[in-house]
Amino acid sequence: MNYSRTDWLTKKAALSILTIGIFGAWQAASAADIIGTITLQGTPPAEKEITPIMDNPDCSAMYNGKVPTTHFYVVGPNGQFADVVVSLKGVTGKSTGASAPPAVLDQKGCLYSPQILAVQTGQKITIKNSDVCVHNVHCTPAVAGNAEHNDVQMAGGPDLTYTFPQPEMFLRFKCDVHPWMFAWVSVFDSPYFSVSDKDGKFVIKDVPPGKYTVEADHRKLGAQTQDVEVADKDVTVNFTFTVK
Amino acid sequence: MNAKAQIRNDPWLHRFAVLTAIITFLLIGLGGLVTSHEAGMSVPDWPTSYGYNMFALPIKFWHGGAFFEHTHRLLASGAGFLTTILAVWLWLKDYRKWMKWLGVTAFLLVVAQGVLGGLRVTMHMDSLGIFHGVVAQSYFVLMCAIALFTSRFWSEWSDGEKRFFVSRGLWTLVLATTILIFTQLILGATMRHQHAGLAIHDFPLAYGKIWPDTSADAVASYNADRVEVISVNPITAFQIELQMVHRIVALAIVILVALCAWLSWKRLGGKNPLTKLAWCWLALITVQIGLGAWTVWSDKAADVATLHVLVGALSLVTGALWCIIAFGRREGATNIAPTKTISGAFGTSPAMAANK
Repeated sequence: MNYSRTDWLTKKAALSILTIGIFGAWQAASAADIIGTITLQGTPPAEKEITPIMDNPDCSAMYNGKVPTTHFYVVGPNGQFADVVVSLKGVTGKSTGASAPPAVLDQKGCLYSPQILAVQTGQKITIKNSDVCVHNVHCTPAVAGNAEHNDVQMAGGPDLTYTFPQPEMFLRFKCDVHPWMFAWVSVFDSPYFSVSDKDGKFVIKDVPPGKYTVEADHRKLGAQTQDVEVADKDVTVNFTFTVK
Repeated sequence: MNAKAQIRNDPWLHRFAVLTAIITFLLIGLGGLVTSHEAGMSVPDWPTSYGYNMFALPIKFWHGGAFFEHTHRLLASGAGFLTTILAVWLWLKDYRKWMKWLGVTAFLLVVAQGVLGGLRVTMHMDSLGIFHGVVAQSYFVLMCAIALFTSRFWSEWSDGEKRFFVSRGLWTLVLATTILIFTQLILGATMRHQHAGLAIHDFPLAYGKIWPDTSADAVASYNADRVEVISVNPITAFQIELQMVHRIVALAIVILVALCAWLSWKRLGGKNPLTKLAWCWLALITVQIGLGAWTVWSDKAADVATLHVLVGALSLVTGALWCIIAFGRREGATNIAPTKTISGAFGTSPAMAANK
C-alpha cells in the first residue's frame, strides 16, 4: 500500500488539529468562571432629565412625552449596581479580539445603547444608526495608538466599524449633533472582562487557573480591586461601592 | 467738520466697515454658540458639509449641533466675503498707505481664521479651537479699528486742534488693562475648549471655600457628584485652578477699569469722549462680571455663556479703541503742545481746567 506525500501531510494535519482540540478542551475543563455581584451603598446624585432631546421631533418620538434621564448610576432596589466594568488587572497579550464576533453599539432615540460596553483589542465594534436622523459618531480616545474617529452616519446608512489596538478604560463615544449622546467603551487586551447587569451580577468566563487581581471600575466612582486564586471551580468575588 | 476731513472721509466705506464689524461680532456670537452647545465637531468634514458643497447642504441636515456649526460656517464665509471687498475698497480708495495694508492684514487674518476653523475640525484638535477663538477676538478688534479709522469722527479727531493731552501713565494703564483683558479672553477660551462643562459649580465661593481643595481625592469626589447632560467629561485639578485664575483676573480687571475711568474723569473731565468711553468700558466690565456669575449659577447655560463671550469681545474692543483714540494725544506725542501740566502719579491735562 502506497501512501502519497499528500496523504501523509493530511494525516499529520488532522493529528495536529486533534491534539490542539484535546488540549483546548482540557484547558477549558480546567478553567473556571469568576462570578460576583456589585452593590452600591448610599444615595447617588439624582439623574438629570435630558430635556433637549424632547426639542427634536426625530429624537423624541419614541419617548411618548416622557423625558429620558442620564444613566450614570444604574442601581436596583436593593443596591444592585449595573454598568460596572470588571476585568483581570494586568492580564495582557491574550486578546482573541481578531476572531471574536463584533460588539454592537446602536443609536436609538438619539441615545447610545448600550452606554457602557467592553471589548477586546482588535475586536470589531459595529456602530448602527437605528434613528431617522443623521448622527456623527465621534470617539475621543486618550491612549496613544487608539485613533480618534469622527464620521457622519446618515439615517439608514451603512454600519460603521472601528477597532482599537490599545487597552483603554472608558473610551468616550459621542455625537456632536446631539450633544447629550454618550457611550463609553473599555478595551482590554484579553477576553477576561465583564459588565455588571441590572442585577449587579457579572461573569468572567473561562479563566485559566492562577492568581489574579480582579478590578471593578465604575465611570464615576473609580476602581476597586480584590485578589483571587482560580483553580478548577468557579470563584465568587463581590464588590461594594459607596457614595458619600 | 473741517474741509480737509470732509474730503478724506468716505461715508460709504465707513458704513461698509461698520457692517463688516457687526457681522464679525455676530460671527463671534455664533461661534460662541457652537462651543457652548458642544457642536464644533458635529459636521466632521470641511470645507464640504456632510459631503455636500457647503452652500448646498439640504435643510433637513440643519438641526441639533449641526445647525450651529453649519450656520457658523455660512456666516464666516459671508464675513470673509465682506472683508475681501473691504480690503479691495481700502486698497483702491483710501488715501492712507497704512490703511491699505491694514485692509490686506484683515484679509489675510480672515483667511487664516477660516483655515484654522477648518483644521480644528479635520485634525480633531481642541487646542486649535482655542487659537480660533483668540484670533476671532483679534480680528474683531481690527475690524472695529478699521471702522474707526474710516469714520468722520477719526478724521476730525486726528486733524483737529489738540486742546488736551493724555498722560503717558494713564495711557499705559489703559493699554495694560486691555492686554490683561486679552489674556483673560485666552483663559476663557482655554476653559471653554476643555469641553468639560463647569469646573466649579458655585460662586462666589468655590466648592464652599475661598480656595477649593484640588487634591486627587477631592477631585474624584467632585466628579462622582457631577451629573452632566452635555459636556460629559471628568474635570481635573488644572481645570479648577484655571477657573480660579479666571476669577482672580476678573477681579483685577474690574479694579483696573474702574481706576482707568476714575482717572480719565479726574484728568480729562467728564465731557471728554475718552472719559465717556471709559465709563462705557466700566459698565461693560460690570455687566461682564454679572454674566460670569450667571454662567456659573445657570450651570453654563449656552445662551448665557455665549453672552459672556460677546461682552468679553466688546470689553476688549473698548479698551483697544480707547488706546487708539488716545494714542495721538499722549503727553509728548508729535504735534501736541500742552499748555500746562500738573504733575501727579498719572499726570494731568489742561482739559481739566477747560472742561470744569
